[in-house]
Amino acid sequence: MSDIAIPVGGQGGEHSAHSHPKFLQHHFHTAQQQFEASKLGMWLFLVTEILLFSGLFLGYFILQSKHPQAFIEAHHHLDRNLGLINTLVLLVSSFTMVMAVQSAALSKTKATLAFLYTTFTLGGVFMVIKYFEYSHKIHDGLLPGSLFSYAGAAVPGEYLFFSMYFMMTGVHGIHIIAGMGVIAYLIYRTHKGDYSSEYYTPVDLTGLYWHLVDLIWIYLFPLLYLVS
Amino acid sequence: MAEVSTQTQQATASHHEELNYLNENRGVKSWLLTVDHKRIGVMYFWTIMTMFFVGGVLALVLRTELLTPKRLLVDAQVYNQLFTLHGAIMTFLVLVPLIPATLGNFAMPIMLGAKDVAFPRLNLASYYIYVVGALMAVAAILGGGLDTGWTFYTPYSSTTSGGVGIMTMAAFVLGFSSILTGVNFIATIHKLRAPGMSWYNMPLFIWGMYATSLIQVLATPVIGITMVLLLMERIFQVGIFDANLGGDPVLFQHFFWFYSHPVVYIMILPGMAIISEVIPTFSQKTIFGYKPIAWSSVGIAVVGFLVWGHHLFVSGQSEFAAAVFSFITFLVAIPSGIKIWNWMATMYRGSISLKAPMLYAISFLLLFGIGGLTGLFLGALAVDVHLHDTYFIVAHFHYVMMGGTLIAFFAGVHYWWPKIYGRMYNEYWASIACLLVFLGFNGTFLPQFILGARGMPRRYYNYLDQFQPLHVASTIGSYILALGLVIMAVVLIAPLFRKRYDAPNNPWGAASLEWTVSSPAPTHNFHHDPVITHGPYDFKAARAAEKAGAHA
Repeated sequence: MSDIAIPVGGQGGEHSAHSHPKFLQHHFHTAQQQFEASKLGMWLFLVTEILLFSGLFLGYFILQSKHPQAFIEAHHHLDRNLGLINTLVLLVSSFTMVMAVQSAALSKTKATLAFLYTTFTLGGVFMVIKYFEYSHKIHDGLLPGSLFSYAGAAVPGEYLFFSMYFMMTGVHGIHIIAGMGVIAYLIYRTHKGDYSSEYYTPVDLTGLYWHLVDLIWIYLFPLLYLVS
Repeated sequence: MAEVSTQTQQATASHHEELNYLNENRGVKSWLLTVDHKRIGVMYFWTIMTMFFVGGVLALVLRTELLTPKRLLVDAQVYNQLFTLHGAIMTFLVLVPLIPATLGNFAMPIMLGAKDVAFPRLNLASYYIYVVGALMAVAAILGGGLDTGWTFYTPYSSTTSGGVGIMTMAAFVLGFSSILTGVNFIATIHKLRAPGMSWYNMPLFIWGMYATSLIQVLATPVIGITMVLLLMERIFQVGIFDANLGGDPVLFQHFFWFYSHPVVYIMILPGMAIISEVIPTFSQKTIFGYKPIAWSSVGIAVVGFLVWGHHLFVSGQSEFAAAVFSFITFLVAIPSGIKIWNWMATMYRGSISLKAPMLYAISFLLLFGIGGLTGLFLGALAVDVHLHDTYFIVAHFHYVMMGGTLIAFFAGVHYWWPKIYGRMYNEYWASIACLLVFLGFNGTFLPQFILGARGMPRRYYNYLDQFQPLHVASTIGSYILALGLVIMAVVLIAPLFRKRYDAPNNPWGAASLEWTVSSPAPTHNFHHDPVITHGPYDFKAARAAEKAGAHA
């Protein structure tokens, strides 16, 4: 009972028994426990992301089943080649992200940085291509709902397709930009030398997120560009 | 059940001189930037109570207006806005975060033997996201108000003017806060249990929090995207919810209730979780049927996802779908019934002490029993067609939401108050308040069952003269209810002005871990990692351990 008076605040206290690395938060016993908790949290977050997109997918399927002809007509305005290129860009970026995680796990800081920079750049390439696609649509008046002003629409209801197109690719694009922001932060932290085989949880979790965003695009691409 | 005790043997005599989470760090900044789950829980508590006060005042204005069939206080347009705001504030700002964010945040990590939740900073972030959402809701009120009802049904909500846009975004932001709490709790329960704290050694409160968090994580994203789609519909007329543009307004109802029915279980499961702590403690008897209660929480969470269609019985849904939804709705009664039965079996031959938490718990059993059983009326197809959109359904969900969730919350607040603030409240006046709340609540909503069965539609500004006596009874009941709530607030707040912490570590003779630490709880919860040697409802072992601790 002699240690009752020990103050419990601050960073002092009871972590003298085992070495206490600076990344380990006070309420975890081991680095392993902290890593597992973080990973579980990330997976749960990804589940919520899937459910967020599921609302859009369901909306798409219902509108498409009500207006199949309009969807087929409307999707001809999309550029399949650009869509395909963007799919490949994201697939490669997923690969470079895996390599970044792997390098971080092996404490290869230089390689980690190189792969993170590549992933960031590929995300940027995706957004640039998306920008050109969007500007083309905007120029032609192929826009959602009341903004739709394309004169040569063959089938009524084509604006519904573009409603879904812009909302789905828009929400997805926001996720790409958010991911790029996080990767930029990882690059900053890696430069500072914060990650090593001992602790690279943020790189690992960002990798999971990046793969999910990639995976969602893999569903979006055939749904929007390859309607039949 | 396994046998427990902890080695956190703190001195019981001079605990008021010890540092605790309230007095160790001082100043506004130490609160606003805290990552301590207990302080975050307390901040949530006062913020949500402020919202509850606003929603309650709105309800009193509504009830007063309904004293007569004619205009008394406000005109019809303002009336529409008032009931919308009452509903939106009470559901999105009060009931959804109510128990997990306040008592869950405060008690759950200590009950698990952990020092904090898994992601403390995320926990603080979820609080501030909640505050932002609340401010947006206030902005919606000041910026023109809204009169769609809290359900925001299209096409009215996508075409009417006013603050619908910002209110839907407020719901989106609040959903984020809810998701973060859910993720945090699931990770905490999986990864931060103390050594020896197996799943079946957890207090049932934790099981309830776990099931709630599952729903928060799985349902909330859907309302998020629904609100975004509604906003897009308002701004760009994207067409998805508008039949004129080729969309489907009933789709909105499906999306809305896919979230908003499970959200009812986000509200009630934590209430049941509290009751599962209070009843055994105040009966000094091991909980009857631990596993059935634990798994029925998960069962309710799962089945709750499959019943949303019972809100659409008169919306043009196919008859086959309606019949299936009706059947699954009846299934919800099974796990709920299991719980009620087990709680009563726990009380049977227990040594019951009728302290304030127990009085609220017994009120819960009665009120939730009525709320649950009237739910079966509404789940039956033919009856629902008659009762749909009447005062019957208003009375039903108030019995579940207020009679269930809020009454259970009050039980929990009285139960954990000594642990939160380290001071005992006046037991006599707390009981008086409980009695008034119970009588006032029934006075308010029992007449509404009759009104609804006789055909009084909900959300109406006027009514036929023959309904007036019951409306007057309901309004008088609401005044009694308000008086009870005011007395309760005074009873709870008055002790906080005392300087000394006079609450013992374990005032109720409870057996779970939070009662082994000092009151108020220490900043880091435990000076040593607790070792679990007896179950959360093994009161005999807990008494023995406490005795041994006092002599050590």
